[in-house]
Amino acid sequence: MSWLGLMPPLLAGAKVTVELTVVSTVLGGLLAFAAGIARASGGRVARGIAVVYIEIFRGTSLLVQLFWLYYALPLIGPSIGAVTTGILALSLNIGAYAAEVVRGAILAVSRQQREAAIALNFNPRQTLYRIILPQALPEMMPPLGNFAVQNLKDTSLVSMITIADLTYQAQNLRNLTLDSVPIYTLTLLLYFAMALVMMAVMRTIEARVKIGGAARPMRA
Amino acid sequence: MTQTTRTDQSPPIIRFSDVTKRFGSLTVLDHFDFEVAQGEKVALIGPSGSGKSTVLRILMTLEPVQSGQIELDGLAYYQPGGHGKFQASPRHLHDIRTRVGMVFQSFNLFPHMNVLRNLTEAPVTVLGLSKEEARTRALDLLEMVGLADKAAAFPAQLSGGQQQRVAIARALAMRPRVLLFDEPTSALDPERVGEVLGVIRDLAQEHDLTMLLVTHEMRFAQEVSDRVCFFDKGRIVEQGPPGELMISPREARTREFLGIDA
Amino acid sequence: MMYGFHWDTSTPWAFALSILPILGIGLVVTIEATILGFVISLILGLGLALLRRARTRWIAWPSAVVIEFIRDTPLLVQLYFLYYVLPKYGILLPAFLTGALALGIQYSAYMSEVYRAGLDAVPHGQIEAATALNLSPTRLYCDIIIPQAIPRIIPAMGNYLVSMIKDTPVLSVVTVLEMLGLARIIGDRTFRYLIPLTLVGAIFLVLTMAATAAIRRLERALPKTGIQMR
Repeated sequence: MSWLGLMPPLLAGAKVTVELTVVSTVLGGLLAFAAGIARASGGRVARGIAVVYIEIFRGTSLLVQLFWLYYALPLIGPSIGAVTTGILALSLNIGAYAAEVVRGAILAVSRQQREAAIALNFNPRQTLYRIILPQALPEMMPPLGNFAVQNLKDTSLVSMITIADLTYQAQNLRNLTLDSVPIYTLTLLLYFAMALVMMAVMRTIEARVKIGGAARPMRA
Repeated sequence: MTQTTRTDQSPPIIRFSDVTKRFGSLTVLDHFDFEVAQGEKVALIGPSGSGKSTVLRILMTLEPVQSGQIELDGLAYYQPGGHGKFQASPRHLHDIRTRVGMVFQSFNLFPHMNVLRNLTEAPVTVLGLSKEEARTRALDLLEMVGLADKAAAFPAQLSGGQQQRVAIARALAMRPRVLLFDEPTSALDPERVGEVLGVIRDLAQEHDLTMLLVTHEMRFAQEVSDRVCFFDKGRIVEQGPPGELMISPREARTREFLGIDA
Repeated sequence: MMYGFHWDTSTPWAFALSILPILGIGLVVTIEATILGFVISLILGLGLALLRRARTRWIAWPSAVVIEFIRDTPLLVQLYFLYYVLPKYGILLPAFLTGALALGIQYSAYMSEVYRAGLDAVPHGQIEAATALNLSPTRLYCDIIIPQAIPRIIPAMGNYLVSMIKDTPVLSVVTVLEMLGLARIIGDRTFRYLIPLTLVGAIFLVLTMAATAAIRRLERALPKTGIQMR
């Protein structure tokens, strides 16, 4: 098969990869904020849950987590499809790493800002959402951008639970044609291209969040 | 300078009773007693580490104490059976904080909000004012501190003196009964100090706000306050009307600090 | 049965205990793969870092592109590439070596960054002083730059080591019998996946915590300003 003939199935796989990446990055981001905030400034129960979640998903291998959710979870809980399992594993994994970034950025906002908030009688929730988070956001963006690209790479693992992403398609083609060199070269190039696009996107988001040297400015 | 007579009927607006405050093994206040009358302007002076800033921070509920009681406008800070670091419910702390405001040495303006928003955020969110009411109040206050034209600017665009004046306006926007100043001019270049002191001086004359001022500006303390308290090692060594204490203090330690020969 | 060990599926506890030895053998493979991969990445990474710092653009630029390419493409695909493509060019490696090589290559891109950051962090004034003292380039590197760069480099490398441990299960897709691969085989044969997979997860948790603690210890033992030389 010519190199060009390989493209359609690979591109179909790439489309799935992009979808997986976007969904799991967004979900992971939400988890990261929930867990990061809980660990930085939550009550004891919330903090405890966050710590357990973060340490388990950061301390174990993504592929192990993926297989566990795929093979073991149905035995003790609901049975969800392969795609949902893949998205769940990816989101939980990246959410745990990103949660630490969120937490670090929140803690980095100076104590004096918190004292000013107390002096003005903001309650803890108002302080967090109006004063702390807007200032923490620009700090978080660069590392979160890196995690998004890492997530893109991690989606390749879901090919192991039969999700038809780019890597799965590549394996399929290889089994059919044994034409390894063009197949894997093209696959690598496609991932590289997607990664570059993703980095550009993350950089524009970074720039938008960081206007005037501080977080998105709030005017009265 | 207003002269408040200490024989008036109303109870003190601030009272510290037998307060002990420790930081780790260091005792900063030891069985400390202190009273401030309504509308009084009190200057707290003394060497670093003498406890004067700690008194303000305790009043602002930024620091808990190990023992003793503090009362502000009739409200006791510590409740029997209260929980948490401050032995009081969040509701109770909230009530206390509506009565007291603070101006910090490092201004602590919110960098991600413009000046007007810095002033309106708390009145709208905490006091429940409408946006228009908060805006009107904010603009009046900015007028008062001489920064009406800076309403749309961001803190990073302002000088230190301007930022501190905004900080004072921000604290006033919450209409506290007691306003605390923790070394308001110590972080400013000498040429900026005057504009801030001017605002504080005006404040002292026009309002019957109770003010506690920790400062190293001795001449200013003398000018603006009704009473000066000299702190050393966690105690008030001497206190009295500025005319007396600053010119001819009785205690040797006070004389030493003020550089007055015996 | 595997590796001569029988598993006992009578009760969960019995099952867990009986497969531990098998997983233990997998653990050894995991550790071996990590160490080999790490060493490869250290060497290749240094090479890449030096190439990237080359004076001529014709070497530096392509090196930068290669580094970026390796960093931004998945380990799994790189592994497949090596596994299927190398034999076509006559290079026949056992699966284990292919796996370790893939790990080494993927992480060499990260390592080159670590080297670069560590070397750049040495204050430029030191290099100027050394030049003024007329030290040869070898002395400059061995006595001045490297001892000071090491405390900055070690924590980052340590983190990547822990990261690599967590990446080793990827090798199971090319039949390397590390822990996850063994757990899956046990699961396939007994239809009991929960315990093997949970055990593997727990072992990884312990492993990464131990490795992280060891690295923190090492960090603390190193003086911040560099290896002291007498």
